[in-house]
Amino acid sequence: MTTILRLLGGRLEWLICLGVFAALLLVVLPLAFNGYFLNLLGRYLALAFVAIGLVMCWGYGGMLSLGQGVFFGLGGYAMAMFLKLEASTPEATARQSTPGIPDFMDWNQLTALPWWWEPFNSFSFTLAALLLIPAAVAYVFGYALFKRRVSGVYFAIVTLSLAAAMSILIVGQQGYTGGANGITDFQTLLGWDITTDSARYVIYYICVFLLLGCILLGQWILSSRAGRVLIAVRDEENRVRFSGYSVEDFKIFVFMVAAVFSAIGGAMYALQASFISPSQVGIGLSVELVVLCAVGGRFSLLGAAFGALLIKTAEMYLSDLFPQLWTILFGLILLVVVLAFPKGLAGLYELTRDYALAHFGSSQSDAAVEEHADKRSLHGREEGFLVRAKRILGGIR
Amino acid sequence: MGGYTTSEIATIMAMQGIAGLSLFGVFLLMALGLAIIFGQMGVINMAHGEFLTLGSYATYVVATMFESYAPGLFSYYFPVAIVLSFLVAFGVGYLLEYGLVRHLYKRPLDTLLATWAVGLIMQQIFRSIFGGRGVSADAPDWLQGSIQLSQMLFLSRSDLFVMCIAIAMTVIVSILLYRARWGMRVRSTTQNRAMANAVGINTAKVDRNTFALGCGLAGIAGSAFTTISATTPTAGAQYLVDTFLVVVLGGAASLLGTVASAFSIAQAQSILEFFITGSMAKVLTLMVVIGIIMLRPQGLFTLKVRQ
Repeated sequence: MTTILRLLGGRLEWLICLGVFAALLLVVLPLAFNGYFLNLLGRYLALAFVAIGLVMCWGYGGMLSLGQGVFFGLGGYAMAMFLKLEASTPEATARQSTPGIPDFMDWNQLTALPWWWEPFNSFSFTLAALLLIPAAVAYVFGYALFKRRVSGVYFAIVTLSLAAAMSILIVGQQGYTGGANGITDFQTLLGWDITTDSARYVIYYICVFLLLGCILLGQWILSSRAGRVLIAVRDEENRVRFSGYSVEDFKIFVFMVAAVFSAIGGAMYALQASFISPSQVGIGLSVELVVLCAVGGRFSLLGAAFGALLIKTAEMYLSDLFPQLWTILFGLILLVVVLAFPKGLAGLYELTRDYALAHFGSSQSDAAVEEHADKRSLHGREEGFLVRAKRILGGIR
Repeated sequence: MGGYTTSEIATIMAMQGIAGLSLFGVFLLMALGLAIIFGQMGVINMAHGEFLTLGSYATYVVATMFESYAPGLFSYYFPVAIVLSFLVAFGVGYLLEYGLVRHLYKRPLDTLLATWAVGLIMQQIFRSIFGGRGVSADAPDWLQGSIQLSQMLFLSRSDLFVMCIAIAMTVIVSILLYRARWGMRVRSTTQNRAMANAVGINTAKVDRNTFALGCGLAGIAGSAFTTISATTPTAGAQYLVDTFLVVVLGGAASLLGTVASAFSIAQAQSILEFFITGSMAKVLTLMVVIGIIMLRPQGLFTLKVRQ
């Protein structure tokens, strides 16, 4: 018994949690919900991609990006453009004055497909674009911002303005982007009807597997040496810089990873919701995603993903029952989390586990448990840093 | 700019420039409060827009009260409304600092989340009380109509009024900050908290009053806002991003910078609006401002402080 508990403090515990989460997504939810609700849950899981990106970027990297909606939107719009083009065959759009172009372009008096829409006829180009464009955008802005040492609240404000600029741009360029209504009405993906119930199940499973893949990838990055440097950068940027690391490269890298995760989420969202609109790009969504991440646990990939799913599901039920109270309740939950549980749901889980260890794990002394908890706590960062710094410096030698 | 003669360009610039003045007034009024809260204290108040809305609704309530209980005095309701808007926003801001923000000074990014939550709650409360549709009070007679400057140029009285309030507030705040003892305490607290404490300044009290004053200024902004637009629950929130950019661009701790950047952002946006669509003008302005912030993260105007 004690051996098992001791092992639970290490990586095995994480694997078990991942297994439970995977079982929930792969077995329990598909059994418990019908196709319609599963599709809704799939959309929430699409948001979880952004939340895990934020765990890496914000929780571990210390960069609070309030503009993740930009990348979510880039991925979502890339996918939507492909699906829309596939739906706009000359036969399906024969009644338009210019058949063969998406309906909203026709309404806005465009007579030809804009050149930058052309490549999105190809599925492989779309897949490449939805991963590479967000990565490139993240690289450019990351490079410009981090090299100039823009950080903390300034980084948050700049990314927030980016999200605002992008949603205004999309709304303004109605003829090219569908404007405020966004891009809607998708029928098929490579000739496969995505509106049927069975297709919804398949897409849901694809979404779950991608999410689990991203979580594994994220955990691998965070527990690698680069992940440790990242934490050190968050806690004491200058000390890491003076030890000879190129701090900016680590920050840019993790910002790009977060951007790509968000973009995958955006693409899965467009696929499952059958639409994408500027409200999936703007400030509202970007801040909401940070909130989902904070509630789930900003230091835990699994916590953030679970938190996003839980909060959005709760919203689905409660906002129907109490439309006015839900917003207030949501605000209060966030306040409680920020004030009392900065580590969110994942922190709550850790507290219960540590409590259980202290009371039932007889071989481990209370002091050891406390020390363990202290190292992980927000306020114990200084000690945590020293431990980590020794490890890093040891690695250099 | 093909197709326009020089004199036409000049008239267009003047017209759009005048239109930009009212935007400048709103930006400046909102940014003043934020310049104090964010610039001096380093606190990101995401609920700042909601304090503007609070001031707007307070003004609306005052106007409705005057209309039903003292119709004869209706044209004088505005001074009362401004004072009341300030007091209400000041009070709520005071409570917010005491109940929430002061626990989070060591975690600035968490303040951002917490105040966003507060903003969300406030928005919902406004929606429950006043409904989702916009409400507006009738402007008193002396605010209606416009002044003719030349054959083509008109300046509406309400825009002029907003500008005047903005400038008056700027003067008052700069006197408070740089000439009064209160401002000295605020500045010493931000520059060196421990030392300020050591010389007997009650820094906790300074924080509370500074935060509340910033919120109160947003309330006044809201009061002025009612003369140019209807009040909806999200009226203030839509200016939040612009306001933050104004403060950051100007240099967080510089009041002069805030005025200059509010003026340039408002004018750039307004003049560009004539040549390209409104949304593109906004996007272009945002991108230019972001670009400048990347080049000069400390803002255009900075105080030379030894760190």
